Amino acid sequence: MGKVAIIGVGQSAFSRAYPGSIRELAFEAFREAMVDAGAETGDIGATVVCSAPEYDKQRSPAGVLAEYLGLTPQPTFYAETLCSSSSTGLKLAYSLVASGLHDSVMVIGFQKMSEISSAESQERMGRGADIQWESPFGTMMPAYYAMYAQGYMDSYGITSEDLALIRVKAATYGQINEKAVYRKGVELQQCLDADPVANPLKVFDCCANADGASCVIVASEAKAKAMGIAKPVWILGLGAASAPVNLAGRDLFNGLRVAQMAAAEAYQMAGISAQDVDVAEVHDCFTIAEMMAYENLGFAEPGGGKELIRSKETYKEGSIPVNVDGGLLSKGHPIGATGGSQIRTIVLQLRGEAGEMQVKDPQIGLVHNIGGVGLYGNVSILGR
Amino acid sequence: MGKPKKEKDVRFSKFGTVSFTATTKVNDFIDYLEKGEVRGTKCKSCGKVFFPPRADCYSCLSSDMEWFKVEGAGKLITFSILRYAPIGFGDDLPYAIAVVDYGDYKVFGRIGDIDLDQVQCGMEVVVRANELPNGQLNYVFDKA
Repeated sequence: MGKVAIIGVGQSAFSRAYPGSIRELAFEAFREAMVDAGAETGDIGATVVCSAPEYDKQRSPAGVLAEYLGLTPQPTFYAETLCSSSSTGLKLAYSLVASGLHDSVMVIGFQKMSEISSAESQERMGRGADIQWESPFGTMMPAYYAMYAQGYMDSYGITSEDLALIRVKAATYGQINEKAVYRKGVELQQCLDADPVANPLKVFDCCANADGASCVIVASEAKAKAMGIAKPVWILGLGAASAPVNLAGRDLFNGLRVAQMAAAEAYQMAGISAQDVDVAEVHDCFTIAEMMAYENLGFAEPGGGKELIRSKETYKEGSIPVNVDGGLLSKGHPIGATGGSQIRTIVLQLRGEAGEMQVKDPQIGLVHNIGGVGLYGNVSILGR
Repeated sequence: MGKPKKEKDVRFSKFGTVSFTATTKVNDFIDYLEKGEVRGTKCKSCGKVFFPPRADCYSCLSSDMEWFKVEGAGKLITFSILRYAPIGFGDDLPYAIAVVDYGDYKVFGRIGDIDLDQVQCGMEVVVRANELPNGQLNYVFDKA
């Protein structure tokens, strides 16, 4: 199989309420990626459109977006794994290009969550779990992740303060990311004094709903060369896994099995280990999720995540910078767009184009994107 | 004089504060709840045990199941106390959800008659069929 490159990335600003429709929202990310790649619509062989259903009312959005973006009559289809939809899209795009079916594929992720109320949104997200046996008890995402936080605290003796340190870090970088929803700094005490949402998680432990879109253009080595792409970023490793949807089927409550398995697979494909990663984007929908990611990706031993954040090793100047774009906690989390936004951040980092967020000379970057409560896990490894 | 309408079996719409599923091949679960029993299924062909109950065994592909009773004490593995609720569950607040380990299987459910500030990982609990104020049915965990 030939090498596969990412040749263009784009992202809309993430916002609490986008003043337009989903096709217009997608266009913002599309335009940026097209300009970035210097591409014309004829360069794109197919599109994979990614979102989670039941926010806006459009059924089968792939055809609608493809038409608006001028990407008909090329084939287009929809991919969905909840919050990890657009990194699943990357895996599909890679497969389509590596197989030789297409020489370039675009992945568009979007979500317009502001079309429904926050309580409705909690109910929708809750139904991204087991609707037959769990949802009737009144479940929602913060409560599910809170159960992992409780399990983790019970295993490793961390406190709310350790989790709050992760939010403080996110806010440090949210302030310098002009595409983030939450641009303010956050003090440790502010986190600790905040109201509980689902114990032990409090308001600042949770990311916010957002509207947003992302776009990633993938191409074969030959296509990238023909288009004169100056700084292709190569897809080195892809790993993915799934877990039982009902928590009763899980065997681990202080980490996510899907992340462990996806990471092992991605490292093996790339022929690297955790120590080789220079910069990472992890799925911090909740502070506990980033803490578990440190360990599930092998940046720390089980229970050792707290040392990484306490010693600021995951800050920009640390040994393994994580979410130096503000993460989901500051950027906001427009479900289907999130994976593509994470990929964009790593691509910009590897090209040395991340501006104020730039870490020093990274060679290898990693994206950890989780769907549902550890229901789906994708780990993608990119390199220069 | 048309054909008599066949009635749909929607017993499962009684499950939980708000049910999102009306019909399932394991609708008998609701009849057991009404009798005060919480039951899972066991594959008659290969002996695999399932909770939540299933109609089909992915292990040996049989659909020949028998019901077993969830009995005795289980160990609470993790929980969360909700201070906000999804739409439709606001009247239940505050409430807690938990995962309990019974050895061969685990059970996801709600905390029952335990003070929420007394709930702890590792505590022994028993499961109890429960009728909700709105007439719906679920099951909850009480102190063993």
